[in-house]
Amino acid sequence: MSLFNLFGRPSFNHGIHPPSNKTVTGKTPIRRLPFPGMLVIPLSQHIGKPAIPIVRKGEEVVRGQPIAKADGFVSVPIHAPATGRIKSIELMPTAQGRNAPSILLEVYEGATQEVLWGEEQAIGDMSDEALRQAIQNSGMVGLGGAAFPSHVKLTIPEDKSVDTLIVNGCECEPYLSCDHRMMLEHPRALMRGIRYAMRATGTKQAVIGIEDNKMDAVETLRANLPREGSISVEAVETKYPQGSEKMLIKSLLGREVPTGGIPAEIGVVVNNVGTLAALGQLLPKGEGLIERVITVAGPGVKHPGNYLVPLGTPIGFVLDQVGYEGSETEFILGGPMMGPAVSALDTPVTKGTSGLLVLNEPNIEAETLRIWPCIKCARCVDACPMHLNPSHLGLLAAKRKYETMAEEFHLNDCFECGSCSYVCPSNIPLVQYFRIAKAINREQAA
Amino acid sequence: MKIKPQIELRTTPHAHAPDDVVRIMRNVVYALLPIAGFAIWQFGLSVLALLIIVTLSCLLTERFFNWMGSGYNSLGDWSATITGLLLALTLPPAFPLWMGAVAGFAAISLGKALFGGLGMNVLNPALVGRAFVQAAFPVAITTWTPAFFDGRFSQFAPSTLALPFLRPPSVDSWVELLQIDAFSGATPLALHKFEGIQTDTIDLLTGMTMGSAGETSALLILACGLYLAFRRMLDWRIPLTVMGGVVLTSALLSLVDPEKAPDAIFMLFSGGLMLGAWFMASDMVGSPVTPLGILIYGLLIGSLTVVIRVYGGLTEGVMYAILLGNAATPLIEQITQPRVFGQRASK
Repeated sequence: MSLFNLFGRPSFNHGIHPPSNKTVTGKTPIRRLPFPGMLVIPLSQHIGKPAIPIVRKGEEVVRGQPIAKADGFVSVPIHAPATGRIKSIELMPTAQGRNAPSILLEVYEGATQEVLWGEEQAIGDMSDEALRQAIQNSGMVGLGGAAFPSHVKLTIPEDKSVDTLIVNGCECEPYLSCDHRMMLEHPRALMRGIRYAMRATGTKQAVIGIEDNKMDAVETLRANLPREGSISVEAVETKYPQGSEKMLIKSLLGREVPTGGIPAEIGVVVNNVGTLAALGQLLPKGEGLIERVITVAGPGVKHPGNYLVPLGTPIGFVLDQVGYEGSETEFILGGPMMGPAVSALDTPVTKGTSGLLVLNEPNIEAETLRIWPCIKCARCVDACPMHLNPSHLGLLAAKRKYETMAEEFHLNDCFECGSCSYVCPSNIPLVQYFRIAKAINREQAA
Repeated sequence: MKIKPQIELRTTPHAHAPDDVVRIMRNVVYALLPIAGFAIWQFGLSVLALLIIVTLSCLLTERFFNWMGSGYNSLGDWSATITGLLLALTLPPAFPLWMGAVAGFAAISLGKALFGGLGMNVLNPALVGRAFVQAAFPVAITTWTPAFFDGRFSQFAPSTLALPFLRPPSVDSWVELLQIDAFSGATPLALHKFEGIQTDTIDLLTGMTMGSAGETSALLILACGLYLAFRRMLDWRIPLTVMGGVVLTSALLSLVDPEKAPDAIFMLFSGGLMLGAWFMASDMVGSPVTPLGILIYGLLIGSLTVVIRVYGGLTEGVMYAILLGNAATPLIEQITQPRVFGQRASK
C-alpha cells in the first residue's frame, strides 16, 4: 500500500515482491561464450516488418556485414553475427512458438571473428535526421525484451513534443541481471547512448531509474554523469513491475500515460539501459547489432552468469556451455514473469532475448498446482499495477463474456505482467485467460 | 546439444507466490484453535462436544454434496472445517448437540453447496447456519449457562444431550445446583439493554462473561485475528473498518440519543462483534474486493450492528449485520470499481 511508502523511494501503487534471485549473476562479470557451429538468424527479431535477406545460399559473409535490409520505416536491418557461409534460408522455431523464416549461417571454425565491417561516424556532425537513420542502420531494437525498433521510438511524432528521456535500468524481472552488469561495466558507453537518444528526441533532460537493489550501479553511473547536469540518476523502489514503462514514468515523474496512449502523449520517451549502452558502443564505429548479453540462470544451470553471445546462437548450445545436466524441463527466454517458455532447443537467442532460465516445476499434477475457485481474496486487485479488477475479469472470462471484459472492465489496459497470477492463491491462470480473451476479441473485430 | 531433455511448456508467469487456498484456510483453522481451546476451558465438556459435532456435521454435509456433485473431495481445502468451528463458536455453550448438527447441515447445504461450493456463496455459511437455528430454536439459542463452574470437565449441561426433536430439558434447576454466585443467565448485551447494568470492560476483554461459546474473550480473538493479519491471510482493512463503523455510529448515536446509546468501548468488546469482525465479516468470499468497497462494507456492518443492538428487538445484531453486508457486496462492488491507471478522472 502506498501509505507505507510515503518515506520510501519513489514508486507506483500496487505491484508485487517476488524473490529476486539475482545475487549470483549480478556479481559475475560479463563473459563471452564460444561461437556455435551454426547460427539461426530469424528475419523478424523485432516488432514491425521482417527484414529482407540480401545474401544468397552459399555466400560467404564476414562478421558485421549486413545480411538483411529493413523493409520500410518500422523495420531494421540484420548484420552477420559471425564470419561464415550462408547455409540456407528456411523456417526455424522461434520463441514466439511459430516457425519463422531464418537465415542459417555456418560459422567458420578457424575465423578470428573480428568485426570487419563498419566505418567510423562523426556523430557530432550529423543532422538529427541522419542520426536517426544511423540508428536504424545499426539494427538496434529495444533490448529489454520488447524489441521495438529504436529509431522509431526515438522519432517523436510531429504533433507531440517530449521533455524528458527516461532511461530504464530497473530490470524488475527476477533472475535477470544483464542490464545491471551493463551499467556497471559500460557506464561511459551508456552515457554516450543517452546523449544520442536525447539529441534524436530533442529532450533536454534524462533521468536514469534504477531499482534500489542495485545501488552499486546507481553509484557507478552517478560517478560518470556529465557535469552540466542534464542527466540524473534516481533509485526507485524494488518492486515488480517497476521496469514497465508506465510504472517507471509514474514513479519518477508522477505522470500517468493515458489508457491506450503512448508515453510521448505526456512528454516522455523511455529507453532501456542495455539498448542505449549498445547504441553508445556501436554508433561511433558505424557497426550493427550482432551480439548481446543474456543472463543464464535458474536451478538447472551449473555456471549461472551473464554471457555475451552472438545473435542466433541456439539455446541448446548455450546450455551445453553453462553446464546444464538435463533434469530441468522448462526453458524460458527472458524473465520468469513475462518470458515465454520455448518448445525447441534450437530456438535462437535474438535481439530481444534478455535471459535464458532453466527452471523446474515437475509436479504439474501436484495438489499445489490445483486450480481452486476464486475465493475473492482481493490479492490480485491489490497487485495489479494498472488498477484493474483481475478477480472480476477472471470470473467474466470463465463465463466467456470477453466483450464485457474489454468494454466495461478495461481488459485492453492489461499488459500481461503476471502479478495477478503470481499472487492468486487459487492458482487461477488469470493472465492466460486475459490473453485468450484479447485474442478472441481481436478475431471478432477482424 | 548433448543432452535431449524432455521439454515442458507452460504459460507465464513461471513464478508463484507461496500462498495457496489450502495454506490460507489451514492458517485460519490454526487461528481459531486457541479461541476454541479457551471456550472449552471456560465451558467444559459441553462445548468440546458441540465443537466436534458441529464440525463433523459440516464435513459430512460437504462430503455428501461432493458425492452428489462433481465427486471431487473438497474436505482438503479446510473451508468446511472453518465453517464448522466458527458456527460452533457462535452457539450457546449448552446448545443441544442435535440442534448443532442441524445448524451444521444448514450452514453447508443452504449457505454453501446450494450456491455451488467454495467461492460461490453469497452469504457466510456459518452465519447462515446460525440464522437457521436462531429461527428454528429461539429458546435454545438464547439459553446461557455459567462459565468456570466446578465439574465442567466431568459433566455435560443437561440440554447438551437432549434427544432429537424433543424439547430440551430446562437448565434452570441444573444451574441452581451448581450454586454460582450472581448468575443472571443474561449476556452483557442483554444486561445492558434490559436492566441497564454495565459489564466491566476488563471482564469483556478477558472473557469472564456469559455468551456464545467462542465470543467472550475479546482480547484472545483480537490476538488470533492479528496473527492472521500479520501473515496476510486476512484483510486487516475489514475488521478495522467494521470496528470503525461501530465506534462512529456509537459516537453519533450518543449525540442524538444519549439515553439509549451505549459507549463505543462496550459496543466493541461485547457480544459477537470481535469474532464477527475478525473472522466472519473478513471471510474473503462474501466481502468486496475493491478498496473503496471494503471501506463501505466494513462501515456498513459496524453501523448496522450498533443500530440493531440499540433499536432492534434482539440484543445482538452482528449476525444480521454481516449477512446484510454479504448480501450487499455484489452491489457495493458494482459501484466501486477502481479507477484504472491512466484513466481520466472525469470519465
